[in-house]
Amino acid sequence: MAIRQITAFVENQQGKLAEVTKLLADNGIDLRALSIADTKDFGILRVIVNDTDKAYSVLSQNGVIVKTTEVIAVELNDRPGEMSRALAVLDGEEINIEYLYAFISATPGRADLVLRVADNAAAEKALNAAGFKTA
Amino acid sequence: MKQRYYQEEIETMPVSEIKKLQERKLQKQIRHVYEHVPYYRALMDAKGVKPEDIKCLEDIRKLPFLSKSDLRETYPYGMLAVPLADCVRIQSTSGTTGKRVIAYYTQHDVDLWEECCARAIVAVGGTKEDVVQVCYGYGLFTGGPGLNGGSHKVGSLTLPMSSGNTDRQIQFMMDLKATILCCTPSYAAYIGESLKDRGYKPEDNFLKAGIFGAEPWTEEMRRDIQASLGIKAYDIYGLTETSGPGVAFECSEQHGMHINEDHFYAEVIDPETGEVLPEGSKGELVFTSLDKEAFPLIRYRTRDICVLTREKCACGRTHIRMSKPMGRSDDMLIIRGVNVFPSQIETVLLNEGYAPNYRIEVDRVNNSDTLDVFVELLPEQFSDTVSGVTAMEKKLANAIKTILGINPTVHLVAPRSIERSEGKAVRVIDKRKLHD
Repeated sequence: MAIRQITAFVENQQGKLAEVTKLLADNGIDLRALSIADTKDFGILRVIVNDTDKAYSVLSQNGVIVKTTEVIAVELNDRPGEMSRALAVLDGEEINIEYLYAFISATPGRADLVLRVADNAAAEKALNAAGFKTA
Repeated sequence: MKQRYYQEEIETMPVSEIKKLQERKLQKQIRHVYEHVPYYRALMDAKGVKPEDIKCLEDIRKLPFLSKSDLRETYPYGMLAVPLADCVRIQSTSGTTGKRVIAYYTQHDVDLWEECCARAIVAVGGTKEDVVQVCYGYGLFTGGPGLNGGSHKVGSLTLPMSSGNTDRQIQFMMDLKATILCCTPSYAAYIGESLKDRGYKPEDNFLKAGIFGAEPWTEEMRRDIQASLGIKAYDIYGLTETSGPGVAFECSEQHGMHINEDHFYAEVIDPETGEVLPEGSKGELVFTSLDKEAFPLIRYRTRDICVLTREKCACGRTHIRMSKPMGRSDDMLIIRGVNVFPSQIETVLLNEGYAPNYRIEVDRVNNSDTLDVFVELLPEQFSDTVSGVTAMEKKLANAIKTILGINPTVHLVAPRSIERSEGKAVRVIDKRKLHD
């Protein structure tokens, strides 16, 4: 089952990112995971939050360009070689990764990998078959 | 003896005789237009003016003006004054589809135009011994064909290089010992830098003069180009509507451009009221062709702001001189020699599904013009990847390039980040210093 990620377009200018995070903070939205892809002109902020619908409406009502995207979260044991093993599974199925980011979980010994692929269902199926838990 | 004029009798004709010649030609030209261009005949009829009312040069003030919008309205054939079968050529400005201005030429018109360019080449010291390197664009743009034809008339060896490919330009320039360079002033400056980068000193080339037009440039730029190429740099003026470059050109004095008065009658008007201003006043330049067959234009508003002077010129030419254009009375930009209206960019944005909230920034970096277009991204267009957004920028840049012929850099920005204004929106920021 895929999870929903919030993606926001942020201009690469001083204070712009702070404006977005302040909107989230003022509305009591908790960030679970975050990544930024940046270029000279703009950045793309991707977050997993506790309340996706609320985050979406707060940001869009305040004029931020935002969309939700379905991504998959893969649970990994936090030890060397685990991410590599997960990616090898996708490679074996010829599933292309558009982007990914990873973070250490609050649960000790666990790490999470957030993946964006063209076909979530196929990716999950392959990962689950290889023994990975996904969310 | 060194040739000083291409057509001495005409170029040095006493002013009183020029005026008589203009008067005769004007009457004939007005009759030609009235009889063959229904669009202009209707404009004259609406003002109650008949060709026979034009008895002297001053009577031209009775005639209605034409502007670019008239030419667009009558696209493609509405201003044609001869049967299409008598035309041998077209040239065109850049423009949105269906909104281009097309100028038609009979062989007579081509000859007239090329003669004007030949005068410009001889005025900067050109003879049949010279090697003229033309690196204006060839094709619909008038720059290349105009100077190419002028150079043929003079009898010079013509190098029809067209624009771009600087390595090849430099190779031909050095190997074939080019003596006169014709291009935009920014490209001349770029060639100067490129020569330096390759280790050439200004005295290493064979150039003696350059004829640089199609975009505004300053005296400061002139000094830089003259120093970097080791030449004298001269200005040339013209617009597609009036045939192309060569309507006016600089002589050895480098102090204003002589207007070819036997072919064009010049007025300076107040752009607000249309009132004709006395010689020496700053105003909008208006041209009337005097002996064109296919595409004669009466009182055509150029939107260029300049000053005319009849002060005696040391070169011996008697034709009236115009200053370098000091600005525009409309919002047209000249970028890398191409005429660009902000409205053209706006049309592309709308066609591509963007809102008309944009900002255009023009600058000159290393002597080359840059065009940056900032456009607001709409929420529904947003894809969540960097490659998605940059692909949209690239697609929009290509669409703009298709229309303008020059490559912009497109920046998608957040909604409402482009300043709104109550009155006339400031959509264009020109950071170049083009006027002294």
